[in-house]
Amino acid sequence: MEKNISLTLKVWRQNGPKEKGRFETYKLEEVSTGSSFLEMMDILNEQLINEGNEPVAFDHDCREGICGMCSLYINGRPHGPDDDVTTCQLHMRKFKDGETITIEPWRSAGFPVIKDLIVNRNAFDSIIAAGGYTSVSTGGVPDANAIPISKIDADEAMDAASCIGCGACVATCKNGSAMLFVSAKVSHLALLPQGKVEAARRAKNMVAKMDELGFGNCTNTGACEVECPKGISISNIARLNREFLKAKLQD
Amino acid sequence: MKLDSKIPQGPVAEKWSNYKANQKLVNPANKRKLDIIVVGTGLAGASAAASFGEMGFNVKNFTIQDSPRRAHSIAAQGGINAAKNYPNDGDSIHRLFYDTVKGGDYRAREANVHRLAEVSNDIIDQCVAQGVPFAREYGGLLDNRSFGGAQVSRTFYAKGQTGQQLLIGAYQALMRQVNAGTVDLYTRTEIVDIVMVEGKARGVIARDLVTGEFQRHFGHAVVLATGGYGNAFFLSTNAMGSNGSAAIKAYQKGAAFANPCFAQIHPTCIPVHGEFQSKLTLMSESLRNDGRIWVPKKKEDAEAIRAGKLKPTQIAEEDRDYYLERRYPAFGNLVPRDVASRAAKERCDAGFGVGNTGLAVYLDFKSAIERLGEDAIRARYGNLFQMYEKIVDDNPYETPMMIYPAIHYTMGGIWVDYELQTTVPGLFAAGEANFSDHGANRLGASALMQGLADGYFVLPYTIQNYLADDISTPRMTGDEKEFVEAEKAAKDKFEKLLSIKGNRSVDSIHKELGLVMWDFVGMARNKEGLEKAIEKIAAIKKEFYSNLRIPGSGEGMNVELEKASRLADFIEIGDLMARDALHREESCGGHFREEYQTEEGEAQRQDDKFAYAGCWEYQGEDKAPVMHKEELTFEVVKVAQRNYK
Repeated sequence: MEKNISLTLKVWRQNGPKEKGRFETYKLEEVSTGSSFLEMMDILNEQLINEGNEPVAFDHDCREGICGMCSLYINGRPHGPDDDVTTCQLHMRKFKDGETITIEPWRSAGFPVIKDLIVNRNAFDSIIAAGGYTSVSTGGVPDANAIPISKIDADEAMDAASCIGCGACVATCKNGSAMLFVSAKVSHLALLPQGKVEAARRAKNMVAKMDELGFGNCTNTGACEVECPKGISISNIARLNREFLKAKLQD
Repeated sequence: MKLDSKIPQGPVAEKWSNYKANQKLVNPANKRKLDIIVVGTGLAGASAAASFGEMGFNVKNFTIQDSPRRAHSIAAQGGINAAKNYPNDGDSIHRLFYDTVKGGDYRAREANVHRLAEVSNDIIDQCVAQGVPFAREYGGLLDNRSFGGAQVSRTFYAKGQTGQQLLIGAYQALMRQVNAGTVDLYTRTEIVDIVMVEGKARGVIARDLVTGEFQRHFGHAVVLATGGYGNAFFLSTNAMGSNGSAAIKAYQKGAAFANPCFAQIHPTCIPVHGEFQSKLTLMSESLRNDGRIWVPKKKEDAEAIRAGKLKPTQIAEEDRDYYLERRYPAFGNLVPRDVASRAAKERCDAGFGVGNTGLAVYLDFKSAIERLGEDAIRARYGNLFQMYEKIVDDNPYETPMMIYPAIHYTMGGIWVDYELQTTVPGLFAAGEANFSDHGANRLGASALMQGLADGYFVLPYTIQNYLADDISTPRMTGDEKEFVEAEKAAKDKFEKLLSIKGNRSVDSIHKELGLVMWDFVGMARNKEGLEKAIEKIAAIKKEFYSNLRIPGSGEGMNVELEKASRLADFIEIGDLMARDALHREESCGGHFREEYQTEEGEAQRQDDKFAYAGCWEYQGEDKAPVMHKEELTFEVVKVAQRNYK
């Protein structure tokens, strides 16, 4: 059953990319356990505005776990203390009355802070631009049923394609590696005949761009898989390594 | 204002071919000299920008989010329609066209809808070529499912994440063009005005949401693909950032706004749980393929459930009222959205609603699980069931889901002609932002179809017909007086908002507007209520401009300022919706006027008086807009009372 709880929030505040940040502490009373974490943030912001203060800036949009915009580091975990959810799907029933909650932005060299809890994830777009597509233009393509695709491959491609580009994998990785993100895209396309055509080129270009943008190396700790809200499997990284090696051998 | 729909000559099935055969084209050398601005990166915006880039135009593409992939198209769950007829169950282009016009309650333009059905098959081919992982059969071919308002299975899907997969396909095509240098992408950048030069749209004023700086951008043509305006209701299934501001800017620059009152209320959303609620979550319509909707037959059972004394699983089969199957035996749980929503409201208003508020009905998978097994249901809807459980803390495999209607989509929007051009030359509108294809009610899995049709297969043709006359128009620098003045006007508007320094947050005023919209301009409307709504919205506008509080300044990122400028436009939209609903003295599709219903409570159209699109022309600040009519003629479709019984 729903009840009301009181909370102490320690929230990262930072005015701009080059400013120094700090934690601010806020008290919040009477938060329903039926509300979502971001609704709790709304309540905090309403309180701050009514007190004449600036509200906390945080990224969010669809609030149903699919756009990948929300990106909070809650009590030391990306997307907080629940499995297989984004921050917007996290509910206050996961917290206890009187609890202190620490809220931080993603912290990674690849994702500089813009303001408070908002970070810049344009690096992910740059990695996709480097090769995360099939090079076909609009029109002049074959009939959709012209090439049969095994259901197993199609389903596996779908699982890899479920990535929402939130960046939790990078945020949780001690090396700040983007390997899970890159490997999900490489796998999604390499598993399908339409993507196989340029699989080698894609793997090489995306990995090169990832390295160039300052993401760390993968040391197989597996933290990314644990924190991924969409359950993207670490086996994709193995596939990426295979594709990458194959591509290099062809050089 | 002249509304020339520019419908091509010939029988409806040949119009698009005739158009393409006779339209003007731009040769490759000239394409390089032409700039196109595309606002929005959802299905319509991303597919248009990518396609323009591939063709050789210079494209500037804007999004308010941090990445094009966040656009709200991503949240579409169920699927995308196409007339492939792969299941061999009697589908055809004609039937998809017919179903869409009928589903829209005969308030859409035949020629546009037929073109939509024609290009639907190309979309599926395109998406598969991009690597969209649609669901497949074991034989390796594509799987289909059925959706509301159709008796064939024509819906292609990728789990319950079809919108995500289609958008990622379009996004990747877009990023390929960014990499190729044909598209300049502006993220976290919002369009705050459209620049007019000599009567034509020639650019936009944008605001960088990170720095707060204003920018001037020139384009030979401007395409708005900015989605719908359902967030005027505050609570809707739209994303928090979805807004109608670009549409309102277009309207204020002379673009007609058509059928603003046609808003779709989706029957299967998770019910409201409290006053702090920030948005509503949709449960895909595809669930109605296997879920059965019911409420208790006996009022005392409903009361006991509301009081928490009885569980739905304890209600015997014979005491359940599967009211959609009872009222509409031919379509059952798969009646169109407007019909299903009203039927839910009718049961709840009559006292049979469940949940602690009484504003909910059950969507039950018990029979499907018994018939197919839990694994089959998990394979089809696993992610939706998980989403439901995370929000409601209830296991839908064991106990029925609770659902209630919520605002989901707006069929109304910027008026466009056959070429998707607005009444402002050079200004185009695509996807949900325009009004053209869904009439008064959109069928499930048709929004994705329309967004991609407009972006991949319609605009790349029609925009050339416009730009062919512009090949000698030199690029402007942005220093022309029209740009300077537009930027100044936009800056003044933001300064005005910051200078109010009142006592109320943006959200508190937005919630007030939303309640007025839901109570008086929602699922059931009447004359008295709509007149009251117009008065109340005027009062809210006054409150907004006298008592708004925005902390911080216009420099750097200021989320409250962004929200305030969007709310100012939602207030205008709310007023326009109420006026349109008041003038339309009939019930059709998503617009239900209580005064116009059959004895059985079904919507009653007044075809002799209202078989037109109501197009509103802006007259200036605080002046009542003027309505113009685009009469709708039906050459092929036989106009009838919709019957899903």
